[in-house]
Amino acid sequence: MTTAVRSRSQPFSPATARRGDAQQLRLSGLVPYALMGTLFGIVLVKSEVVSWYRIQEMFRFESFHMYGVLGSAFFTAFVSLQVLKRLKVRSRTGEPITVPPRSLGKGYRYWIGGSIFGIGWALSGACPGPLFALAGSGVTVYLMTAVTAILGTWTYGYLRPRLPH
Amino acid sequence: MLQWLSHPWPWYVAGPLIGLFVPALLLIGNKQLGVSGSLRALCAAVVPGKVEFFSYDWKGTTAWNLAFVAGIFLGGVIAATVLGVTSPAISAHTRDAIAGLGMGSQVTGLAPVSVFTWKALLTLRGATCVLLGGFLVGFGASYGGGCTSGHGITGLASLQLPSLIAMIAIFVGGLFATFVIMPLIF
Repeated sequence: MTTAVRSRSQPFSPATARRGDAQQLRLSGLVPYALMGTLFGIVLVKSEVVSWYRIQEMFRFESFHMYGVLGSAFFTAFVSLQVLKRLKVRSRTGEPITVPPRSLGKGYRYWIGGSIFGIGWALSGACPGPLFALAGSGVTVYLMTAVTAILGTWTYGYLRPRLPH
Repeated sequence: MLQWLSHPWPWYVAGPLIGLFVPALLLIGNKQLGVSGSLRALCAAVVPGKVEFFSYDWKGTTAWNLAFVAGIFLGGVIAATVLGVTSPAISAHTRDAIAGLGMGSQVTGLAPVSVFTWKALLTLRGATCVLLGGFLVGFGASYGGGCTSGHGITGLASLQLPSLIAMIAIFVGGLFATFVIMPLIF
């Protein structure tokens, strides 16, 4: 755990990236996240929010299901964050809990990136989390969706210096 | 218990559970719930090429993201094998609209078998939904700085304006795909 704390207390800089810091990758420290992911995947599949059909229903405004899930998830997360903040709770690793603010800038990236993402979400019926849950649940062709999503991410990284943000 | 769990989980059970992942990940290691960071980490780890966006300490900062998505995959396996995959009982209107697009009137499984199979990859529909859809999800999530979980749950719950803008834009994009793109090409 100590290595994990050190890696976070060091502000990110290209220098740390170049050093690689391979020893920071401690598999045992990753187990809690893998477990949380497993539970997350089960909830995503069992609530059907990974379903292409449910996404269609949402964009056609013909069911409350997705709105109910997203709305109550938002509400629970909002109340939890307020409680953590008021009680000044620290994380297991001893750090003060923070959600770093996002910078708005000119906002282009949110408008354009968001719209492109929305088109992809409606077509594929999956956002990044559900992609992996769907592939695991047996709709294996979603592995190809994951591959093209990685290609899309790489393309963004490549074009990034030329895109408005 | 297992029988109850095998039914589709209603929104008022699933939604709060999903919301609780935000404080849980913060408590475990000060991590913000969000999945699209894993795509960037996968790029940094797998795809060669010198691109500044991927030259970062992915092992130190986003390894947890990779563990999380590996877990999501496993969760999908467990959900399907132990609890069983359900076919969503969608509204009759949506079912008719999907049938009208020529994608079949039977709802079996989580995604239409006429599109989301390996064989259908060679059709216009399959390529558009599976391949192009995925590309746009990856490109848009990275460009927009987050996805449904990062913006829609973590970002909105911490009252961030960028996340509200992103969610509005995501919805506009989804409506455009549903009512303009799909009827045109299907």
